[in-house]
Amino acid sequence: MALFSRTIEKLKNGLRKSRDKIGNSLKTVLTLGRKIDEELLEQLEEQLITADIGVETSMQIIDDLRSAWKEKKIAAAEDIIPFLKQDLIACWPERDRQLKMADQPPTVVMITGVNGCGKTTSVGKLSYWLSQQGHKVVLGACDTFRAAAVEQLSIWSKRCDVQIVKHQQDSDPAAVAFDACEAALARKTDFLIVDTAGRLHTQQNLMRELTKIRDVIARKIPEAPHEVIQVLDATTGQNAINQAKMFTQAVNVSGIMLAKLDGTAKGGIVIAIRNQINIPVKFIGIGEGPEDIEPFDPESFVEALFS
Amino acid sequence: MFDSLTQKFNNVFRSLSGRGRITEDNVRDAMRQVRTALLEADVNFKVVKDFCESVTQKALGAEVIKSLHPGQMMIKIVNDELTQLMGPVDSRIYYVSPGPTVILLAGLQGSGKTTTAGKLAKYLVSKGKKPLLVADDLQRPAAILQLQTLGEQLGVPVHCDFDSKDPVKVAVKGVHVARSSDRDVVVLDTAGRLHIDADLMDELGRVCKAVTPHQIYLVCDSMTGQDAVNSAKEFNDQLELDGVILTKLDGDARGGAALSVKAVTGKPIKFIGVGEKLDKLEEFHPDRMAGRILGMGDVVSLVEKAQEQFDAEEAEKLQQKMAKGQLTFDDFLKQMQMMKKMGGMKDIMKLIPGIGSQMAGMDVDDGEIKRIEAIVHSMTKKERQNPDLIDASRRRRIARGSGTEPHDVSGLVKTFNQTRQMMKTMSGMGMMGRMKAMKQLGNMDMFGGKVPQMKIKQRSKRKKVDRKKKAKGGQSRSKGRR
Ligand SMILES: Nc1nc2c(ncn2[C@@H]2O[C@H](COP(=O)(O)OP(=O)(O)OP(=O)(O)O)[C@@H](O)[C@H]2O)c(=O)[nH]1
Ligand SMILES: Nc1nc2c(ncn2[C@@H]2O[C@H](COP(=O)(O)OP(=O)(O)OP(=O)(O)O)[C@@H](O)[C@H]2O)c(=O)[nH]1
Ligand SMILES: [Mg+2]
Ligand SMILES: [Mg+2]
Repeated sequence: MALFSRTIEKLKNGLRKSRDKIGNSLKTVLTLGRKIDEELLEQLEEQLITADIGVETSMQIIDDLRSAWKEKKIAAAEDIIPFLKQDLIACWPERDRQLKMADQPPTVVMITGVNGCGKTTSVGKLSYWLSQQGHKVVLGACDTFRAAAVEQLSIWSKRCDVQIVKHQQDSDPAAVAFDACEAALARKTDFLIVDTAGRLHTQQNLMRELTKIRDVIARKIPEAPHEVIQVLDATTGQNAINQAKMFTQAVNVSGIMLAKLDGTAKGGIVIAIRNQINIPVKFIGIGEGPEDIEPFDPESFVEALFS
Repeated sequence: MFDSLTQKFNNVFRSLSGRGRITEDNVRDAMRQVRTALLEADVNFKVVKDFCESVTQKALGAEVIKSLHPGQMMIKIVNDELTQLMGPVDSRIYYVSPGPTVILLAGLQGSGKTTTAGKLAKYLVSKGKKPLLVADDLQRPAAILQLQTLGEQLGVPVHCDFDSKDPVKVAVKGVHVARSSDRDVVVLDTAGRLHIDADLMDELGRVCKAVTPHQIYLVCDSMTGQDAVNSAKEFNDQLELDGVILTKLDGDARGGAALSVKAVTGKPIKFIGVGEKLDKLEEFHPDRMAGRILGMGDVVSLVEKAQEQFDAEEAEKLQQKMAKGQLTFDDFLKQMQMMKKMGGMKDIMKLIPGIGSQMAGMDVDDGEIKRIEAIVHSMTKKERQNPDLIDASRRRRIARGSGTEPHDVSGLVKTFNQTRQMMKTMSGMGMMGRMKAMKQLGNMDMFGGKVPQMKIKQRSKRKKVDRKKKAKGGQSRSKGRR
């Protein structure tokens, strides 16, 4: 995949700068010829935790490593990255990463997440990615709450040359969803992508509102929404686990879009999420432009994690 | 996950306080739990490491080792240190005269700058200032409109230029406009940017050079993980921050980023954002934040309170008596009074997982204490030390003297005997164990279940059943004796 070389380059660029300041990269720890020992495992644990993988999941990974080492499957420092890659990549089989399509269009993708994580931008990027593949896309502007959110999505729809269904600021988001479904059916679009307002997973009334939007969509189009994507800011720490739990409870999240991976954060929390809640990552966001989206590739993700 | 964390911490707390004298190994064990707690709260790895080293040194100091309650003392040290590192409180905005005072907000994408600009404007108005908002984010789609909308909601003017591509010019013009229109504070909203984006960081540097803001605040998302140190350090190095505003604390993030950011920048956390609405800006309280990061509510101030009530020396004496089964009615009275004092804290304590449940049924009301007091005071010194002396005639005398009924006296004597027995078993237990036992004491019927208005209040259904059973037994027995 040619696309990914760009990702890795971007990710590495980001990492290079911070590397001198905070910690050594895994690769400098794993110098050639070094034997595995407890000290090395401890240094590894630091690397994993620093990548936001979390204490629990990091310890599990280290335990896996330790058993492999005790069983003499690995012995030298340079065996570690290939081992971890294999270990981690197995978390995300190909089929889990694909976008689930409707048997009969439109395929409805609902976008959710906490405040400011990158939902609206991701809706824009996703619509661009899909229309580049020749799909006809319509957007539903269901964030009627945040100041100028509708306007923001309108600009994205122009930028990506896709249609949009919108109401006034402060109108009922479920009603927008209803109209957007009608439009998608009437205009025979391939995709309907629904933007929603940012909300913290602890706000029960807002989470109920989200469920209501989902239900309206489900009533209007059978099997819909086909995908419920939770956008996750890659800089997020352990709170992402609670987020994923609560959003899944409310609208049954089917995949994650890991946004803002172009910074220095490594987004390791998705490993813990996969581990504990079993939600796969489907896309990554690597910038603010329409083309800054890529399908998630576990191999380059893990590569970047340890670079 | 967080519950189990609190549990872990409680375990340390318990195991330490139960052991009497502690060793260096105990301290290190406990510090491992602290380390995990901090990491799970997203405090940066290196920051945690430094923190734990310094706290271990402090904890190994004579203070903890000699303390009667090493677990509590240690939590106190951890908490104090955290609080101190995140403090001091400094929510003042320093205004210049002549104005306008220029405040610039910077930060990563989506951290909450624009919303916080609106909140600050509202705050400034409430302080009698006349702010001007300047829309200096020329990047994000509809960013200008977003700020305009907020300005409209607040009735605060917004300077913007839809055609400009140059944030330096817009900022300069904004300050100009403020000066000429008699606005005394300028709040500059800037575009979100990555700390590693050299061009955009450079641009921000040029904005700062052009308008020399009096205050530059980093707006930081409280849900940020390990990377918070990287971005905060870079922003601080390039812009020389004056403070930090931590947003989205209305959720359930533990907010370890607060500590990380403070540790790498050394800049005070000025305000916190606790909601999307424009009035959701609060002053920062390092002590509350410390409790939040440790995931245990305000447990420390609680422990302090408990310690105040529980005079250490007295507790030690009492404990020795208990161990030998030498408890007297005087001690018993003291114990009851202590429980009453603690009862006043139960509302706070209920908030803490693990302890909350222990507190149920620990209601002791004033009237009861007074009655017990009266009964005990009507006893002779000998009777107080040896309750077995109290026969039917003494019982009647005591009842008359204290304005109670003889069966109240016998009920109390019975409870006292049970208590003495229980305390003998209880001594050597840790703080948590003792609390549990005290709860049982609370559940025990002070007066053999005879007089309703004199009963220790009880909550759960199960306990009520127990009480009825006991009540029957108690009644028939006291009848028989009379
Ligand atoms: N660098 C970078 N910035 C991003 C990425 N995705 C989104 N952003 C930026 O993050 C900020 C917030 O993005 P939005 O799309 O408005 O976020 P949102 O989740 O819709 O926000 P609310 O609707 O307010 O909850 C914007 O400045 C985006 O340009 C990304 O992948 N990389
Ligand atoms: N719950 C909650 N939401 C907040 C808080 N502060 C900001 N938000 C929300 O976070 C989202 C992003 O806020 P913005 O003010 O647009 O963030 P920004 O930093 O200006 O974003 P960019 O300009 O794109 O970089 C919006 O949905 C806000 O309503 C807060 O304290 N609590
Ligand atoms: Mg949005
Ligand atoms: Mg903004």
